[in-house]
Amino acid sequence: MSAPDTVPYGIPLEREHPFDPPAAVMALHRGAEMRRMRYHPNGELGWLVTSHRLARKVLADTRFSSRLGSPIQAPVPMPGFEAYADFEGDFPVTPGMFIEMDPPDHTRLRRKLTGVFTVKRMKQLEPRIAQHVDDRLDALAAGPRPADLVREFAVPVPSMMICELLGVPYERRERFEADTAAIFTLDAGAEAKGEAVNRLYAFLGELAAAKRETPTDDVLSDLAADPDLADEEVAGLAVLLLVAGHETTAKMLALGALALLEHRDQWDLLRERPELTAGAVEELLRYLSIIHTGLIRQVKADFEFEGHRLKAREYVTVSVQTANRDEAHFTEPDELDVTGDGRGHLTFGHGVHQCLGQQLARMEMRIAFSRLVARFPGLRPAVPLDEVPLVTGQNFYGVAELPVTW
Amino acid sequence: MKRIIADAEQCMSSGMCALTAPDHFDQDDEDGRVVLLAEEAEDGDGDVADAVRLCPAAALRLEPA
Repeated sequence: MSAPDTVPYGIPLEREHPFDPPAAVMALHRGAEMRRMRYHPNGELGWLVTSHRLARKVLADTRFSSRLGSPIQAPVPMPGFEAYADFEGDFPVTPGMFIEMDPPDHTRLRRKLTGVFTVKRMKQLEPRIAQHVDDRLDALAAGPRPADLVREFAVPVPSMMICELLGVPYERRERFEADTAAIFTLDAGAEAKGEAVNRLYAFLGELAAAKRETPTDDVLSDLAADPDLADEEVAGLAVLLLVAGHETTAKMLALGALALLEHRDQWDLLRERPELTAGAVEELLRYLSIIHTGLIRQVKADFEFEGHRLKAREYVTVSVQTANRDEAHFTEPDELDVTGDGRGHLTFGHGVHQCLGQQLARMEMRIAFSRLVARFPGLRPAVPLDEVPLVTGQNFYGVAELPVTW
Repeated sequence: MKRIIADAEQCMSSGMCALTAPDHFDQDDEDGRVVLLAEEAEDGDGDVADAVRLCPAAALRLEPA
């Protein structure tokens, strides 16, 4: 047993190197697969799981709930939430937000969308994705150098695609971009986050009502026409798709491009052998693990797990970034190798909550990376690596800007 | 030969099987749940073994045929 003062207080987010998890988190992982951790804001005791083996086990075990509740806890500082510390019970359900639910509520809502994101449907979207990618690359080629790859490429490609799929006019992106950022910004504060969520529900609720009157060929029209879904649920499902559908992939595209540019041999390999692309995408997802704050569950009722006595309402954080660098599961996990097998990474999670949109994300990344290296073989960062601004204060890790030239 | 067992009730439509071993697995057009294209797999079929390993919902298993 550790002495109380050796129990870590949350997960450190600041990195020594842009591509590697913080050294302090890796040290925790090497020390134990699972350990006690104190949670923000009040130092409640919970758990941290860092190995690939136990991460998979926890995420597949329904005794760990996604339906979170009091006491208010987070593995990273969340300023503004202290005021809610005396709240008791489960947090109110946000309608439609099935990532915060357990089966069978989760299952009922998720199955409304699973037909949309099949491997087959994503293959049918390939030409549309390729069109968006090529349009952005054309604009990049015609524009000034250096250019910011985040703003010109990584953000618009997935954003345009999820808008098109969902049926949200991309021209109205000012209605969702800032609010999405607020939701994922760790220190935005409880009030600002709540207001952002409310505005998004209002925006997508209005849009859904219009589509119920005049349906178009898109997911929001289908959801709006479903008699089994309440209006608030339709809005919630749409909010979930919209916010999860572009922030994540955008972060991966920019950070992935930077990782390939800084491992020039890997960039060249991908350019010379496009057939490596699918594997390269899995390897980048594994190596970069943008879900740096981890995946959070809450113990439903007391039980014994891996020799630990877990108590009801204790929080458990599954550290994806250490699981993806676990030597017990991956060969040479600290190397980026696009010819290796990155499959089995936990970047999309595991268990019943595994990412709904993962096949869309894969397709977008495959097309984006393969066309980027083909169209701009001589692309290079316009600033040294230590001058690329990193985003550590959001739920998804990445770069804020990526100045490139060619 | 191995028999492929797929539990559509457990399935969460991640698509990992259809992605990994497309000769053996497909997804239902309506809800994305697993559809078997073949009942059996060769003993050394790495793709099918990978599909079973990568299924997030533990909905797939192999049994001696």
